[in-house]
Order: sequence, then structure tokens, then C-alpha cells
Amino acid sequence: MNLHEKPNFMLNEINKMDWPPYRIPESEVDPIMKNNAILAVEAHGLVKIFGDTRAVDGVSLSIPAGSICAVLGPNGAGKTTTINMLATLSKPDAGNVKIFGHDIVSETQIVRQLIGLTGQFASIDEDLTALENLMIFGRLYGYSREDSKRKANELLEEFGLSDVANRALSMFSGGMRRRLDLAVSLIHQPPLIFLDEPTTGLDPRSRTQMWQTIRNLVKGGSTVLLTTQYLDEADQLADNIVVIDKGRVVANDTPDGLKRSVGSSSLHLTVKDANNAANAAQIIERILDVKVHFAKASELIAPMDNIDKLTDVLTTLKDAGIALSGVNILQPTLDEVFFALTGEGSKDKTEEN
Amino acid sequence: MTYTTIIPAAERKLKNRIGVGTTIRNTCTLAYRALLKMFKNPEIFVDFVVLPVMFTLLFTFLFGGAISGNIPNYLPIVIPGVLLMTSFTNCTTAGTKLREDVDKGTTSRFKSMPISRIAPLAGSLTADLVRYVIGGTTVFVMGYILGYRPEAGIPAVIFSILFMMLVAWCLSWVFAFISMCTKTIATASGIGVIVMFPLVFLSNAFVPAETLPSWLQYFVLHINPLSSVVTVVRQILTYGTIGADFWFALFGTLAILIVFIPLTLIAYNRKA
Repeated sequence: MNLHEKPNFMLNEINKMDWPPYRIPESEVDPIMKNNAILAVEAHGLVKIFGDTRAVDGVSLSIPAGSICAVLGPNGAGKTTTINMLATLSKPDAGNVKIFGHDIVSETQIVRQLIGLTGQFASIDEDLTALENLMIFGRLYGYSREDSKRKANELLEEFGLSDVANRALSMFSGGMRRRLDLAVSLIHQPPLIFLDEPTTGLDPRSRTQMWQTIRNLVKGGSTVLLTTQYLDEADQLADNIVVIDKGRVVANDTPDGLKRSVGSSSLHLTVKDANNAANAAQIIERILDVKVHFAKASELIAPMDNIDKLTDVLTTLKDAGIALSGVNILQPTLDEVFFALTGEGSKDKTEEN
Repeated sequence: MTYTTIIPAAERKLKNRIGVGTTIRNTCTLAYRALLKMFKNPEIFVDFVVLPVMFTLLFTFLFGGAISGNIPNYLPIVIPGVLLMTSFTNCTTAGTKLREDVDKGTTSRFKSMPISRIAPLAGSLTADLVRYVIGGTTVFVMGYILGYRPEAGIPAVIFSILFMMLVAWCLSWVFAFISMCTKTIATASGIGVIVMFPLVFLSNAFVPAETLPSWLQYFVLHINPLSSVVTVVRQILTYGTIGADFWFALFGTLAILIVFIPLTLIAYNRKA
């Protein structure tokens, strides 16, 4: 038997060690954060139609001020389309949205003063330096030359970019660009920040830095709505996770609630003889009381809450004479979340524009 | 890292409209941005200067003998023509920078900000005035080197350049509109060239209209608006006066502006 669970358990333990790192002691919580009556985002029945496809099909969500909401979904689920409507880039075909009580259609300019948007593509100028980029946006938000410069330097300091303030962006790494891009959307200190896949394509270290930055934003009293394809990112950051698929909300829950429905970890089990797979599946379903799905003919995946039950599973399989060639305990992937929530995987989705 | 506590939404002073003052301020900021980008890439100045130098030398020596018998006689005809062609070529690429912003996602960010909708367009096209000044000045410097001395003197030269800058700025809205309607930037510049060639060459820019067959003469003198522009510049440079053609050209370009500013704005907002 090829048991890999030990290193994986260790990984889980490391992840849990600093869990939950962003929970702030009650005494430090800003009063506005306690007051859940203030909703930063209140969206009802959002619809966006492109040609024949309903890219967003009745999305509703509400985000209390001072919290982090993660919109989780595969490519093409409608995440970017949703964020674009909330950030006043495109008008919804149906539904309504209020940002801090202001309607996005009739009070567009007010809403724009309250939000900062960091899109998927770096929207900063390659030719200009970090300082110049920030200053131009400061000027556009109506600050004087001196104020723009002061705010730009403060942000560069906060984001650890002071050393490279006067360097052209072509010298910047992906992580630095992403941080500068985020800094640009913070220059007017918006109470609500939209981040469209803030860590996609970043190396693990830059990713951790970005997470820390996002947590710090919320400490300052901001509200953050981010989209992500990674369950683990949503789990690490969010107070609330909205799972969307094909333009619809399929789940809206706290990370713990979502994990309860999906299983906090996932059992990957490979049988030596594929003919035994169905038998093995039955046994696992009986013991764990979950639904098993097949990754391959001989590989079974099952959500798992209580890792202690692994012993029961293995003993029963051994008693039934089913030989195994591999066992893994892994964190559930987005695909498995989708399987658990919708009964089908998240693969084979068309690319999101 | 310490973040300053942000002001809650309810305690902010907010207004739901963008005034004229903000529009002008935003336009200036974005023109400054375009200029800053222009000066960071010194290579593009080669383009600004080489093009008019090449046009002046090419047309003067190629057509000078055939059309006017000799080079000095041809210079008063060809210099206004080359000025037009340089400005026109420069404004066919006016939309390129805008399209780059759209394609990269900068425009999306602009759209999420409380700034004037027209400022990104107006800012970028206004920064291009620098190109028209450099192009126009180069044409006259080349003309001077080849022996061209306009009768009306330096003030007329300056006035011609300013007039051509206005015309080019108005026309650049048309090309900005085209670049917002095509799928790629390459298509847009292709269309620019297709529009430019017949309009510039089927005008009185390089040949006296009298030498043309009558049907073409009609097009050149009565239909092609660029002929008026060239006539205006020649009149200014030779006699130092403005006539009916000047007002025709001025109102024509302003009419283009009135039509194309809203069209370009709509296309731009749809694209981004």
C-alpha cells in the first residue's frame, strides 16, 4: 500500500497553523465593521446578456461593509461580467445594485467615487515610472500635484515599492506590477475595492504578499470583493464565499459552511483492479455517508470531514479483498466543490473574455 | 505596513455630476500622460521628423521639373501640399494610442473612475498637437533649405502651421472613431492609408488642378475639402491674406468635429 497521507497531513497542519490569521481582536475592530446594517454591496437579480448567452443570470449578493467577499467560479462562470457591472463598467440588462445605498445607474458618479477597481489586466503604463503612474491617477481623482505626490509616495512605501519608485515599469516583476496596479486603485482611499483575480499568475510568495495586503485593507475599514478560481484563496481570505457557475449563484456561505457541505478534505483512492472500483465506491459511500465520483476508472474521489474515518475505510476495503495502489488526502479543488454543489465538474468551460 | 483608516462612505462629500472644470482638468492630466509617454520613447521623434523630410525631398525633386519646369517655381506649390500630407499622415495614427489603452484595460479603469468620459479621448488627441508642430516646422525648415522664401514671411508660416494643427486635430477625431470601430489596430491604420491616399493625391496638393481632365478637376476643386485647405495655406503664405476658402475650411472642420466627437465617444465607450 502506498500511503501518502503523512506529508499531506503536514501540509494541512501548516495551513491551519496561522488560521485564521486575519481575524482581528474585538477591541481593534472598527465600529463600522461591527455594524452589519451598512451594506457595501446590495445586488438583486443581476442579468447580463451577450448575444444568445446569459453571461450573468440572476446574481444576487450582499456584502456587509468591512468584510471580504470572494466570488468563486471557473473561467466563463460570469465573475468578471458581474464585477464589471458592480464597478459601473457595463449596465446590467436586469436587476439593480446599490453601493453603500447609491444606485449604480442613477448615481453612477457617486458610486465611482466610492470604489476602486483592479482588473485582471495591468492597467498601468509600461513607459512611465511607478511614481508617475500613481501621480496621474491622483490628479485624475482631483488631488493637487503636491497631494498626489504625497499620496503616491505613501502608497509606494506601504507596498514596499519606494526603492523602485522612479524606475520604468518594464523592470518590474509580475508581483510588483500587480501590487502597483492595486496601489493605483487605492489612491483615493475607496471604502469598496473590487479585485478581479488578484493573484492569478503570481508565484507563491507574491501571492502571500497580496493576501496580506488585502487583509490590511480590511483592517483599515475597506470592504473587498474579489474573484478567484482557487477555493483555498477564498477560504484564506473571505468572510463569505459566493460560488457562481454559468452565471448563477450556486452557493453563498461562510468558508466553514461551504467546507461542511463539500468536506474539509478530499480522499483520493486508486484501486489496483478497476473492476473493484464500483465495490470500493459503495463501501466508501456507506462509511463516509457522501457521494463518490470517479476521476478515472480506477480512481475515486470522495469528500471527507473526519480524517479518523480513513482507518475504517481502509480496514473495510482490506476485509473486502480490494487491493489499493494509492491513497491521498488532499484539499478539495474547485472542481470537487462544483461536483459537490452542482453534481458536475467545472471543466470544459469556455474561456472568459 | 500601516494603512490609514479610510473615511466611511456615509461621511464623504459626493456629487453625481462631472462639471466643465473637471472635464478640462481631466483632459489636461491625460494629455500630460500622453506627452510623458511620447517623450519616454525618443524613437518616435525620428518618425515625426523623418516623414516630413522624406516627403519634402521626394515630391520636390520628383515632380518639380515636370510640373513647374524647375525646383524654385515648384516650392510654393509643393510646400503647402507636403504640410497637408504630413499632418494628415500623423492624424491617421491618432487612434493607435487610444486603442492600446482599450486593449490593455487602462480604459476599463478610467471608466470605473469619477472622471469625464471624454477626457481620455480629448487628452490623447490634444497631446498629438506636439506631433503636428514638429511635423509642420520640419516641412518649413526643409523648404527653407531648398530655397523656399514665402512672400508673406514668418508670421504667415506660423499662422499656416497653427491652421493646419486645427485642421489635423479635428480630422484626428475621425481616425480615432475608425480605430474604435475595427477589430485590430492594424486594420485601423490600413483604413487610414486607404482614406489618405485618394484624398491627398486627388487634390491640388501636388499638381495644379488645371492640368487634370475636367471630371477629375471637378472632384478636386469642388468636392475634395482638402483642396480648400491647401488653397488657404498657399494664399496665406503668398499673399498673407485669408479668403472665402479659409472660412469654408474652418467651418468644414468644425462640422466634422461636431459630428465625430459624439460618434467617437459612443464608439469608445462601447469598445471599452
